[in-house]
Amino acid sequence: MEKYLYIALFAPLVSSMFSALFTNTPKKQFVGIIASLLIFIAFGSSAILLSHILGGGDIVHVEMMTWMATGNLYIPFGFVVDQISVTMMMVVTTVSTIVHIYSIGYMDHDKGFNRFFAWLSAFVFSMMILVMSDNFAGLFIGWEGVGLCSWGLIGFWFHKEVATWAANEAFIMNRIADLGMLIGIFLVYWNTGSLQYDIAFPAMAHLDTSTLTWMGIFLFIGAMGKSAQFPLHTWLADAMEGPTPVSALIHAATMVTAGVYLVIRSNELYDLIPHVGLFIASLGTFVALFAASMALVNRDMKRIIAYSTLSQLGYMFAAAGLGAYWVALFHLMAHAFFKALLFLGAGNVMHAMHDELDPFKMGGLKKVMKGTWIMMTIASLALAGIFPFAGFFSKDTILEAAFAEHHFVIYSVLLFTAGLTAFYSFRLVALIFHGEERYKIFGIHPHEAYRFMLIGMSPLLILAMIAGVFQVPFFNMVEEILSAHEYHIHSHFTLFVMLVGTQIFVGLAILYAYRKYMSNKIVVPDGTSKMENSFMYKLLLNQYYIPYAYEEYVVKPYNELSAMLWEVDKKVVDASVDGIAGIFYNAGENTRDMQSGNLSTMLKWMVAGTVALLSLAVTFGLAARYSDEILAILSGLGV
Amino acid sequence: MEISLNHYLVLSTILFAIGLVGIMRRKNLLLLFFATEILLNAVNIAFAAISHYYGDLTGQMFAFFVIAIAASELAVGLGLLIVWYKRHGNIDLDTMTSMRG
Amino acid sequence: MFEAVAFYLFAFLTIAMFYITVTTSQALYALTALAAGMIFISAFFFILGADFLGAVQIIVYTGAVMALYAFGMMFFDTTREVKEKKGNKFIVVGLATLAAVMVVAIFMAPIVSTNMVAFYPMIEGAGNTQTVGLVLFTKYLIPFEVAAVMLLVAMVAGIVLAGKKMDLSLTLMNAEQIKEIEDKDKKVLS
Repeated sequence: MEKYLYIALFAPLVSSMFSALFTNTPKKQFVGIIASLLIFIAFGSSAILLSHILGGGDIVHVEMMTWMATGNLYIPFGFVVDQISVTMMMVVTTVSTIVHIYSIGYMDHDKGFNRFFAWLSAFVFSMMILVMSDNFAGLFIGWEGVGLCSWGLIGFWFHKEVATWAANEAFIMNRIADLGMLIGIFLVYWNTGSLQYDIAFPAMAHLDTSTLTWMGIFLFIGAMGKSAQFPLHTWLADAMEGPTPVSALIHAATMVTAGVYLVIRSNELYDLIPHVGLFIASLGTFVALFAASMALVNRDMKRIIAYSTLSQLGYMFAAAGLGAYWVALFHLMAHAFFKALLFLGAGNVMHAMHDELDPFKMGGLKKVMKGTWIMMTIASLALAGIFPFAGFFSKDTILEAAFAEHHFVIYSVLLFTAGLTAFYSFRLVALIFHGEERYKIFGIHPHEAYRFMLIGMSPLLILAMIAGVFQVPFFNMVEEILSAHEYHIHSHFTLFVMLVGTQIFVGLAILYAYRKYMSNKIVVPDGTSKMENSFMYKLLLNQYYIPYAYEEYVVKPYNELSAMLWEVDKKVVDASVDGIAGIFYNAGENTRDMQSGNLSTMLKWMVAGTVALLSLAVTFGLAARYSDEILAILSGLGV
Repeated sequence: MEISLNHYLVLSTILFAIGLVGIMRRKNLLLLFFATEILLNAVNIAFAAISHYYGDLTGQMFAFFVIAIAASELAVGLGLLIVWYKRHGNIDLDTMTSMRG
Repeated sequence: MFEAVAFYLFAFLTIAMFYITVTTSQALYALTALAAGMIFISAFFFILGADFLGAVQIIVYTGAVMALYAFGMMFFDTTREVKEKKGNKFIVVGLATLAAVMVVAIFMAPIVSTNMVAFYPMIEGAGNTQTVGLVLFTKYLIPFEVAAVMLLVAMVAGIVLAGKKMDLSLTLMNAEQIKEIEDKDKKVLS
């Protein structure tokens, strides 16, 4: 079993290294194929490991080698495959394989084809380290690795300044959060003496609540950055500058879920501090509503889907915060499938529309892009939580959990957000695929994507449809280690009313969206309509002016400060270093005159040297002669 | 008054100092050699004086050999000086700076 | 009494002569003063009872060395005034004085405190020359021989450096070749 672990872990690395050999050469088809093949091998290994764990096998725990063994600190490169990590591994490898195959078609005409696969596979490798590591340090390595690869992939088209800016924003925001994470990790080590999960978590039971609270808060701060919770959320929408496969893989399915994974992995910690858990749940709920509101009016296709991701992350954190870790993990899994499918479909649309992103400029595409239309519609249905698709089983369970735990505020907000989710998802679908063909005004000639890309996306489609089936086996699998408990609403009648009521509410939202956006009277808004000038619209469109606030009140002052410090750096640091060098240089220049080649000068120096040596001889001779007296004097002085 | 060893040593030192002044001052190589001779002679006086006041012949022997060496040094030195003069036309120290660093 | 007078007289003269040697701008004066100084130094040797040494000083130094210098002066164009760099006098004099003081201090120190033991004591009764000869050819034999070799080397070196037309060996050529060279020379001269 260990060899499957290593295969699953290192196949992406091999893929990345292999693709990296070709980064400077023009596009080579086999690079994509071999990369996808290697990721598929990782997927296969993960599947074997999954069947092993599902079949009741033992947890696979290996220690590959020692990283640090200094004093009392012992950190190995260790990997564990337990129920949580095997779920994450399956999610990561599945979506990665499909995205790799998709990218062969999507990046077809791109000059950086080889480089893309190098970065993409490197990302998969980092993510695998993150989920498979058995200690916080390894987690952090993977954490940083995915941050780096995300930077490289968001800024993939580096000649576009907006892309590099978005990449930097993502990385820097992550870094800010990483500070919190590091403090959390330090606290864990300091208080429990080890960073290994199986040693630290049991030891936490004996710590006092305030320490645990700080630990939990700081670790969560790290999760906030990676999973783009408020207020560190602005990078996620801007990260859409990267190629669409990147958005599908990183910002839907894997990297942003790393924060949720962290909370789930630390469930033993968060079980001990339920007040922090409540805070997490509240924040998650707030983010869910917040993001959904911004998606209502947005005119950028990928941004809408990005806000949708943000909203669903809020759901996951709400579940995790309420103690329903297995529900969060399950929703993570289901969400990965249909969100990735949505993004890939959006990629198809983008390609067809020559990178046009405004859904108002599209319309009626279902005539030309049948496959994509079906996929996106089903993915949106899953997202909205319509029975029997995947979203129903995961999202509704979250709602049930909130209700059963008597957190009615959270429940109602999440319910309302579910309605909003359905609305904006289908607004998007209706605008793009239904109604009049507005794109003709702009002279675009769309066509469907390559067949192999659609075939590649189909596993996701199937999974989005049937993933609900997995709920029970999944529950049985994670029951042992996630303190899972089923959520029983006291009376079946209440449960029935809840389920049906939710479905009706969501269904009405969908119908409303269709009615509003399918009509032939939709025109491209040009800034003159009443709604566009209303306060709420502007507020939502500008993301509540939060990016503006960050720019004005954080970035600009920091820039000023940096400029000031740069002056200090130049005047002080550079000057001192140059000064030291200058001393040596000038000393050399001045003593160079000693070597004048003039015998007379040399003779003078010789006499001077002789005088110096003579004085030394006299001094030392006298000191030797009168050493006793000198010692007596010195001791009298107290030396 | 009694002339003791100290008188001779002081005399020798004075002469040595004059010799030092000479080698530091002189720019003409030939005149530099003159100053070197002064140094050697000063040292010879010191040796002879010590030898006399301690009843030891070692000093005189040393002075004897110093004279021999001075003579041979002069021969070779003047030979070299002649070669240099033939090549460069003058023996002024300030022009002999080809070893400048 | 006489010794003191002699000492001071010769001391004054020697210092004066050597001072002239190092400070005058005329090379000829320097040479003359040096020669005179040598003579006065040999006077010191005689006062100290080192007769052999005094005689050797006159013969070697005043005789041979000065003659060599005189020939050297004739060779180099030293009739002109010797120009001195307007260097820093104070450094020069100061350094020299310091050195002198140091040396005196060093020499004074052990003499005041420790005893010195004679290695090769003078023999009473015998004259200085005999004593010198005795020591020179027994104890100092090897330095004596080495000095001889060194003098030979110096002589050869001096001849090689200063001689002209050293590439031809007159003894190894026969009469015709010598005549050839002479004719060539005559042609050049006439």
